[in-house]
Amino acid sequence: MSQRDAAPCAPCAPAPYLTGHEPVTLEDAKARQWSWNFIFRGMSHNWVLSALIFTVVFVFWEWGLKILEVEPFIFPRLSKIWEETVHMWAESELLRHTWNTCLSVIIGFVLGSLLGALIGYLFGMSPTAEIVASPYILALQIAPKVAFAPLFILWFGYNETPKILVTVLIVFFPILINVLTAVRGVDPAMVSLARSFNASRWQIFWKIEFPASMPALFSGLRIGATLAVIGVTVGEFVGGNTGLGYLLVQGEAGGNAGAVFSTIIILTMIGILSYCLVILAERWVLRYMPKRKFGDVNN
Amino acid sequence: MIRLQFDKVSKYFPPVRGRRDSEGVQAIKDVDVAVEDGEVVSLIGPSGCGKSTLLNLGSGLDRPSGGNVFVDGQPVDGPSEHVAFMLQKDLLLPWRTIRKNVEFGQEIRGLSAGERRDRAMHFLGLYHLDGFANHYPHELSGGMRQRAALARTMMMDPDVLLLDEPFSALDAQTKMVLQADLARTLQEEKKTAFLITHDLVEALALSDRVLVMSRRPGRIIREIIVDIPDRNDPMKRRQHERIGPMMAELMSLLDISKTAEEMAA
Repeated sequence: MSQRDAAPCAPCAPAPYLTGHEPVTLEDAKARQWSWNFIFRGMSHNWVLSALIFTVVFVFWEWGLKILEVEPFIFPRLSKIWEETVHMWAESELLRHTWNTCLSVIIGFVLGSLLGALIGYLFGMSPTAEIVASPYILALQIAPKVAFAPLFILWFGYNETPKILVTVLIVFFPILINVLTAVRGVDPAMVSLARSFNASRWQIFWKIEFPASMPALFSGLRIGATLAVIGVTVGEFVGGNTGLGYLLVQGEAGGNAGAVFSTIIILTMIGILSYCLVILAERWVLRYMPKRKFGDVNN
Repeated sequence: MIRLQFDKVSKYFPPVRGRRDSEGVQAIKDVDVAVEDGEVVSLIGPSGCGKSTLLNLGSGLDRPSGGNVFVDGQPVDGPSEHVAFMLQKDLLLPWRTIRKNVEFGQEIRGLSAGERRDRAMHFLGLYHLDGFANHYPHELSGGMRQRAALARTMMMDPDVLLLDEPFSALDAQTKMVLQADLARTLQEEKKTAFLITHDLVEALALSDRVLVMSRRPGRIIREIIVDIPDRNDPMKRRQHERIGPMMAELMSLLDISKTAEEMAA
């Protein structure tokens, strides 16, 4: 039984009116938490709240828009978006375009991650390499990578290469920074321990620095997984005749807000899916880490 | 036979280049120490007197700027397989199980996996950790983790153990248990040990001799022979009637009352 369940009823009383200037004490915060529990007694309020919000959004999107008489070409209702999706599936090879986008996301993400991690480890092990190369890397990061897309089309033509290159460029930087910081942050005493066993530089990397960087590498990969979808979409905007970005541009050209929304939703789902896959991999690789409990101060 | 010898060893850390406020530091100066085979020698001194520097020199991780360090009569010019060290931090690798952590040193030395495993299990048993072989470090208490670190150190089968405040992060009771474990091992395996500590009772309870170091630049200013029986049983030794007077002597040597006054002022 959690502490909240055992709460006395006094804090369940309605919270006093706040002007927003009172200092919020721990007691206040607890009282508010308890009052939620009072409403949904015996239930995990997280799930109930989530379901409630989802329903409200869903109902508003479908019937709220109808009542407010929002024009479908401005903001289409959910049923209209669904209709449009079915239409695109039948007429515009939605499945093929979705698969094409997914494949580009995977290839761009994997290549970008490998490149970022590789450069991160290289810089981590050799400060000289970092000093020499980092101005160029930084310039590359600061330059708007989206603007490179037309250049890549000039170089490689209207095919898959430009959008994958844009994705690689977008993905690699956060991974590089995370890996570099992690390698730099390895406890020097751990390295000394390995050295006292006469470990070679290579052994120190494989047995200490590389595994020690795993949590940071995965933080980078999480960011990268979501950025990869953006990279591919931008690449498809600019050129090419495949992918959801292309369908999106087509939809826009035809004034078809339903198609635009549909592709946005599918792109979002691809992003969520890739993020979840990274988290699954992270859970497996980092299974040695203490399990974190939400709100647990000791962790 | 002398196992570990510091011969007029000095260490000077030059100022950091490019930093104006950085000054060079003479950490230790003309330190002479000789530790005989099977002997346990403790080193105590005020904080920042260069005790840990001495240990880095002994383990071959750092070079002296003057003098020589010998292990088994051989000059130390890098990490040696005859020396193992143990620090205040357990330095267990969080991504390895306890057994894999204990195996770590021998894995680097290239011992075969099967033999490594058998020996690791032997040492885990010795330190009452056999039930935790497949646990990760975060699942163990501080005392158990430090015992695992001791198992890892002993697994290297070193002639000389260098111990840098190995128990100072533990609570008082756990500390006493681990001191007893260490004392027993040192006696049974006839190991030579050089122990750096802040804890005067620990120094007296575990060692044959206690060396007192001065403030920086650190020099050995006094040697106290602890001729009390039961070196393998620190719990018993702690209660010996001569520990009290020896403590008093150490406290006066370390100017502890003077330091306290300075801090109060």
